[in-house]
Amino acid sequence: MLATRSLLILFLGISAPWASATLPIQQWQAATGAQVYFVESHDLPILDVSVDFGAGSGTDTPATSGRAALVLRLLSLGADGLSEDQIARAIADVGAELGAYFDQDRAGIVLRTLSSARERRQALDVLARIVQHPEFPAGVMEREQQRIIAGLKEADTRPDAIADRALMQMLYGDHPYGLRGSGEIATVGALRREDLVALHHSRYVASGATVSIMGAVTREEAAAIAESLTNQLPKSAAVGAVPPVSQPLAQIRRIAHPATQSHILLAYPGLRRDDPDYFPLLLGNHILGGGGFTSRLMEEIRQKRGLAYSVSSHFMPLREQGPFEIGLQTRKEQSEEALALTRKVLKDFVANGPTERELAAARQNIIGSFPLRIDSNRKIIGYLAMIGFYKLPLTYLEDYLKRVESVTVAQIKDAFQRRIKPEGMVAVVVGAPEKE
Amino acid sequence: MRFHDRIIPLARRRTAKLAVLTAISVLAGLPGSPDALAAIHEFTLGNGLRLIVKEDHRSPVVVSQIWYKAGSIDEFNGTTGVAHVLEHMMFKGTRKVPGGEFSRRIAAAGGRENAFTSRDYTVYFQQLQKSRLPLAMELEADRMRNLVLTEEEFSKEIRVVMEERRLRTDDQPRALLYEKMVASALQAHPYRRPVIGWMNDLENMNVADARAWYDRWYAPNNAVLVVVGDVDPAQVFALAQKYYGPIKPRSLLPLGRRKPQAEPPQIGIKRITVKAPAQLPYLVMGYHAPVLRDPAADWEPYALEMLAGVLDGNESARLNRQLVREQRIASSASAGYDSTGRGPGMFYLNGIPSEGKTVADLEAGLRAEVEKLVQEGIAEEELARIKAQIVASEIFQLDSMSNQAMQIGQLESIGLSHRDIDTMLKKLQAVTAEQVREVARKYLQDDGLTVAVLDPQPLEHKPPFATPPGMRH
Repeated sequence: MLATRSLLILFLGISAPWASATLPIQQWQAATGAQVYFVESHDLPILDVSVDFGAGSGTDTPATSGRAALVLRLLSLGADGLSEDQIARAIADVGAELGAYFDQDRAGIVLRTLSSARERRQALDVLARIVQHPEFPAGVMEREQQRIIAGLKEADTRPDAIADRALMQMLYGDHPYGLRGSGEIATVGALRREDLVALHHSRYVASGATVSIMGAVTREEAAAIAESLTNQLPKSAAVGAVPPVSQPLAQIRRIAHPATQSHILLAYPGLRRDDPDYFPLLLGNHILGGGGFTSRLMEEIRQKRGLAYSVSSHFMPLREQGPFEIGLQTRKEQSEEALALTRKVLKDFVANGPTERELAAARQNIIGSFPLRIDSNRKIIGYLAMIGFYKLPLTYLEDYLKRVESVTVAQIKDAFQRRIKPEGMVAVVVGAPEKE
Repeated sequence: MRFHDRIIPLARRRTAKLAVLTAISVLAGLPGSPDALAAIHEFTLGNGLRLIVKEDHRSPVVVSQIWYKAGSIDEFNGTTGVAHVLEHMMFKGTRKVPGGEFSRRIAAAGGRENAFTSRDYTVYFQQLQKSRLPLAMELEADRMRNLVLTEEEFSKEIRVVMEERRLRTDDQPRALLYEKMVASALQAHPYRRPVIGWMNDLENMNVADARAWYDRWYAPNNAVLVVVGDVDPAQVFALAQKYYGPIKPRSLLPLGRRKPQAEPPQIGIKRITVKAPAQLPYLVMGYHAPVLRDPAADWEPYALEMLAGVLDGNESARLNRQLVREQRIASSASAGYDSTGRGPGMFYLNGIPSEGKTVADLEAGLRAEVEKLVQEGIAEEELARIKAQIVASEIFQLDSMSNQAMQIGQLESIGLSHRDIDTMLKKLQAVTAEQVREVARKYLQDDGLTVAVLDPQPLEHKPPFATPPGMRH
């Protein structure tokens, strides 16, 4: 039984830290068919548990947009004979916290509790009931639909939300990744209880569940927890694949808005979780706009010219190609200048690649900061859930460092040239200058 | 970590700011009490710099934060925002470490860094592998005294700050509402001015203003260095001595001798309306309230903290249960209270009316909840729930070295001590139902109330998604 601390020290080693060991992840399949990922650590009297399913917004259709998010939202609002207030009190009475993870691929319920017996038992009992026996009470559902719709109406007046929604529509067209996770006013309002029950029945199934456990329990206890969280889920096979993403039509949309700043976004299809270009694109992006103050976009847009407070680029890897996105905000009158400069920085980067020096600095940062990525239980359970959900190798973190170490300038340049077309980007400017 | 700065929001949505405090004593009562925790060590250098080290040996990393006891509270009219502008300028280089080099060296060491400014203090921090702590100290100590402020860099960075103001305040209807609400609630105290500064002051600020601020406040005797991580306190002390030790103190006012600028009592309700492009209205009710001055003797701030918890500490707390779930007056409703700070406190109620309801309906609903609490008191069960949440959140936050450093730094920078943490937790656990009722009765009353309403204005243009796609390029 190794404590996390000693493992991490071993992990860092002395000269080639990433070569020695990795996070001590234990993995097994529960009798229910669920996949279990476990790291045991008794440093703190805390237990973190995450239960994840392939029930993200990628399961929505244009007609049911918002369904997956509503299912997740309603899990803790009535289950197995407990009312929403009984659930909330049972969790709060032991100081536990319930949270959620949601993206295009994944819906997860996340619990943090004290690991002491009474607290843990009560919190896990609630978790097991809400994951497996949500009731979707009609009155609660109707109220939550109203609240979501109110939020959507508000979002439709916010320049950042308007830009993001338009960008995803342009990038993905009819592909489900283009749907807004929280749905649309019309579609959320039209959802029926049976739609939610159907999604829960087809997607929240034991064989499709990933149970991640981090903290102060033993392996035996972890095994029992995983069983209890999944043994009453449907036994049917997990269904559904996400269709591949196709190339978008290059275009720019300028949308008027009274805000003082323009919100500028550019996007292109990016990375899959199992993408062969994952590491060259990741490293390249760090140099282009992902690496904070030392990135090219930050240097050109903010440091040299003071055009924006925030400017960055990122890849969001998903089952199929998630977005590669660049975003900034700037005073309306200078938005065209900032957009042109952003395009130029991207174009130069794709055409010429990074310098050896930039690559060395990016490598140093990513490898050197590695211990910071796993310095808390909270961060570790995030990795467990991700590794488990995408069935990545248990050596993912170790491999990550090796791969980062081996990426070359030529590989970055080649990968960007094949994968990112600066002239093919979709772009949105919300709060465009009035001259149009 | 993408930004050089973050303004701490004025109103925290959830309760339990006091609860953000470590306490070994509370932990000791629990099974499996963590042995990775160790005592807190403190040192004071000859030049007045305070150093506080907390060991956390779970991971081979360290967080280093330097807290300057200078925030927007110390600013004057005409140069509001200068504390925050200087924070930006602190990344623009010294003689030894030219502009941009600070960030590059920290990045090359695998570090993360950032800074933020609040009403009470300005903070710079790095997180790194423990072996790189000397680098962080060397760079941070260097810019405590050797910052080079040039006209050219200032003229670019002030534009960045103005963009930040547009992004965070001018184009954010609710942030704008809070800014104007606080400026109305307070007439005399400097908390009435926004941390980011008024736009006109930013437009007229110059490099000399930034330099004057730096020369006035950036000194070892106005700073607290907090280090949490897998470190040996004696070694950290030796490092601090090496890098910070040679910096001479400045003649400056210690916290206790700065002018209090106490807010004169409010003697009647105030109401304001802010019009901004939005869909939903928003209501804020802010009541003047005390903050913690004497952790051992005070009781009201603890009771107010519990009051915020009883109203909004969890999903089954009163505001959500009554106004959102049962009566459906609100789409959301919450309470907040900042129990600590150099200046005066406020207790907030806020919310969004649900479809078909008005802000007046919501205000009446919030008032009814307060009235019911004052008339009928609260159940022991409600109070026990909040206390359990506080104990748990104390332990949960031990999972983050940054949070541990934050709570130490916050207290030390406002005139309290990390040694008060224990007292504060005990006093929170000792709050009675009657005390909660008493502070509600005393402070949630109209004479000290400012009501601010966001009056949503239509976007002047057609709905964005009714328009056809824009032109190709």
